[in-house]
Amino acid sequence: MNNKYLRDEIIRQSGVDPKKCMKCGKCSAACPAYDEMEYHPHQFVSMVDSGEIIPLLESESLYKCLSCFSCIDRCPRGVEPAKLVEAVRMCAIRRQGRNRMTAENVPEILDSDAPQQLLVSAFRKYSK
Amino acid sequence: MQRVGVFVCWCGSNIAGTIDVQAVSEALKKEAGVVFSTNYQYMCSQAGQNIIIEAIKEHNLTGIVVCSCSPRMHEATFRKTAASAGLNPYMVEIANIREQCSWVHKDMMSGTEKAIILGRAAIAKVNLNTPLTPGETPVTKRALVIGGGIAGIQTALDIADAGFPVDIVEAKPTIGGKMAQLDKTFPTLDCAACILTPKMVDVAQNENIRIFSYSEVTGVKGFVGNFDVTIRKNARYVKEDICTGCGACVEKCPMKKVPNEFNLGMDSRRAIYIPFAQAVPKVATIDPNACNMLKSGKCGICAKVCATGAIDYNQKEEYIQEKYGAIVVATGFNPISMEKFDEFAYSQSCDVITSLEFERLTNAAGPTSGHLVRPSDGKKPKTIVFVQCVGSRCDAYAQKGKEYCSKICCMYTAKHAMLVRDKYPDTEVLVFYIDVRTPGKNFDEFYRRATEEYGVKYIKGMVGKIIPNGDKLIVRGSDLIMDKQLNIEADLVVLAAAIEPDKSARNLATMLTASMDTNDFFTEAHPKLRPVESPTAGVFLSGACQGPKDIPETVSQAGAAAAKVIGLLAKDRLTGNPCVAYSNEIMCNGCSSCERVCPYRAITYEEKESHINRGKLRRIAVVNPAVCQGCGACTVACPSGAMDLKGFASSQIIAEVDAICR
Amino acid sequence: MQINEHKPLIVAFCCNWCSYAGADLAGNNRLNYPADVKIIRVPCSCRVNPIFVLRAFQRGADGVIICGCHPGDCHYTSGNYYTRRRMTLLFSMLDYLGIERERTRVEWVSAAEGAKFADTMNEFVKKVTSLGENKKLEDLRCKR
Repeated sequence: MNNKYLRDEIIRQSGVDPKKCMKCGKCSAACPAYDEMEYHPHQFVSMVDSGEIIPLLESESLYKCLSCFSCIDRCPRGVEPAKLVEAVRMCAIRRQGRNRMTAENVPEILDSDAPQQLLVSAFRKYSK
Repeated sequence: MQRVGVFVCWCGSNIAGTIDVQAVSEALKKEAGVVFSTNYQYMCSQAGQNIIIEAIKEHNLTGIVVCSCSPRMHEATFRKTAASAGLNPYMVEIANIREQCSWVHKDMMSGTEKAIILGRAAIAKVNLNTPLTPGETPVTKRALVIGGGIAGIQTALDIADAGFPVDIVEAKPTIGGKMAQLDKTFPTLDCAACILTPKMVDVAQNENIRIFSYSEVTGVKGFVGNFDVTIRKNARYVKEDICTGCGACVEKCPMKKVPNEFNLGMDSRRAIYIPFAQAVPKVATIDPNACNMLKSGKCGICAKVCATGAIDYNQKEEYIQEKYGAIVVATGFNPISMEKFDEFAYSQSCDVITSLEFERLTNAAGPTSGHLVRPSDGKKPKTIVFVQCVGSRCDAYAQKGKEYCSKICCMYTAKHAMLVRDKYPDTEVLVFYIDVRTPGKNFDEFYRRATEEYGVKYIKGMVGKIIPNGDKLIVRGSDLIMDKQLNIEADLVVLAAAIEPDKSARNLATMLTASMDTNDFFTEAHPKLRPVESPTAGVFLSGACQGPKDIPETVSQAGAAAAKVIGLLAKDRLTGNPCVAYSNEIMCNGCSSCERVCPYRAITYEEKESHINRGKLRRIAVVNPAVCQGCGACTVACPSGAMDLKGFASSQIIAEVDAICR
Repeated sequence: MQINEHKPLIVAFCCNWCSYAGADLAGNNRLNYPADVKIIRVPCSCRVNPIFVLRAFQRGADGVIICGCHPGDCHYTSGNYYTRRRMTLLFSMLDYLGIERERTRVEWVSAAEGAKFADTMNEFVKKVTSLGENKKLEDLRCKR
């Protein structure tokens, strides 16, 4: 898969137009997971636009995004960075052997305070 | 049928090179109505024009067809020629056989053939031409300026200086507008009041200027040179001509807790008030929503203390009718509401303020007498964060802000930051910016001074959230250059709110039939070449009502608008375009179709007695030739065929079609 | 060259402010287009009454094109919007009557678009030529 194909595919899946970005950084300013991330929301937008998808696919940042959508809410240009993160994450998980979460992982992350629904959603989000 | 003369021009070899001009003039001689046909090397030359003049006299011609270059080139020339020979200039038609024939067709045969057809069409048209005379209308030599901010003031002063009477209508109790609220002005840092108030005094003292303050325009009728305007003078419950502005009433008024709009609600005023010390006119105004006397009839202190007896609780609003030759719109701008921007905590903390509030806070005449303190606790702020582009440059679908750049924020933020560092050097000042836009004389130098000399810290990035935390504000923003997320403890946050046209503008545009863009800014007649005129004749634009503008730009546009107005008022009569629509009384059925499509509101209706209806009244469309611009939209909309356009009559165009398709 | 090659007759209505100036610019730049196009100047494209179009077809025109200012650029602010609506309706009606859609056209040509004017005319003439003579609405009494 070349970068151009990946780029177009991610843009198609997310429905986001990264060209609308005016590089103000308000998405990153609002991001609660900022310090955990290697690539920050505004960099996601720029990197997808310039076709640098491979480093994003390899990055842990994909799983640090909380999908809280505050970047979407704040963006003055309506770019929706979280949707891009989601699309890149889908793209990563769909590749062979890239399931982020399997049944074996569950016991170690079990937490009596966490609702079961959380595990179900995590499964949906992190595996094929 | 006319007696038509045909004149075929060679244009040197431009036409004669690809068209057999001899054959064209021979062929056209056979057309109906043609009594004379000739060709000549340069028809537009003096010699060529003399041929036409002599032919008109010799052959008693009533219509002229010149087969030559584009009518956009020489129609005016040949019309003048015809007029000099005593023929009505509108009896001339041009067949464009250069730009649309000889220059685009290389083949002699097809070129000649087409030239004959084009000539034929022109002859067919001229046969149906009627002599036209441009209408003339007198000009009322008085101008109306709507809005009394710096734009309106400058326009009015310039027009008055030229000797024409001007009326300013201002909705607020005083003129002065936004500039009166400002502290200093960029890039020279001179105090706004020091340069504005002398101009306000000039306005008050100028014999040619009348000020209608606390008034609004409620109706506009008429057209360029002859506007009929209704102005409502709202009741201020104080007799303007008697009040001396001494302020005794204000001092004694017991209603002390009315939010002061001049200071953007940061302090309070009385129920009877004078907005600020240098107000023009310096007359008190009673706020009917706050005054006890007006609400319940209990009080009346101001009337008792007024030495001149100017207070009149029974004053009623008053309507004034006046005629004007030209109208200048100078309705200005307002900062947008910050309500939708929850992330900046504007409604949660009073230490988050807009830039205009900051202006009042640093103004010596402001609520804090110029001491920069936090509105919440009156303490001196140690860290101030400025946020630029709040509500500007937003996506249209986000529906939160404005799509455009508000243009002035970069500069006033630099000014604010610089002033703070100048007055309180121990204060830390941070500016979050997306881009710093400083196109203007000495603007970038000014911005550089803020950072280099005054040590203002500019951070490339945006603020994503402001969290009130105790008496501090946590400002969470991104620093894109350092690739960091910042959490700054600030004492005061200043938001550079986007600006929008005044709310009254849309209503006014409807009254004036002036057009607006999607942001409610007035549109200019041409974005480059006619920047101060509205597409509606006689309506001119001044200041921020046309788009975001700083003071220097506003003043220059105000002067330009004044120059246009003076140019109009200097004429005694206006000559119109004679190619206007007219309706045939007998055919018109009064259906209003034409009225609805007319972009100029040139069509009105009259009840007329008509002989075909045994003297009964019939509703009939009437076109005002002074307003009609001759587009012809109505002629097609008319279902009965009563509307027609002079100079481009349906019968003429059909004759052209027929001549081409013969 | 074919002896009986059909030369189409095209009537072009051009608004005075944009398209007529665009046609003049095509001339200034010597951009060729077929001589079959005959231009009639109107103040605004909205001056073109559907009757004019019908008349042209009745009298044997093979194609009619109306050129106006670009949307938003009309000298009279809104004239070309009326044109767009009226002609959409008229052309679909003509289509129903058997006048092919390709014979009728509304095109926006600005005063700066000389090349666009020439290109449009070249293309339109080619299209109409390929459709052959217009017989559907032609009034046989005014046969050329």
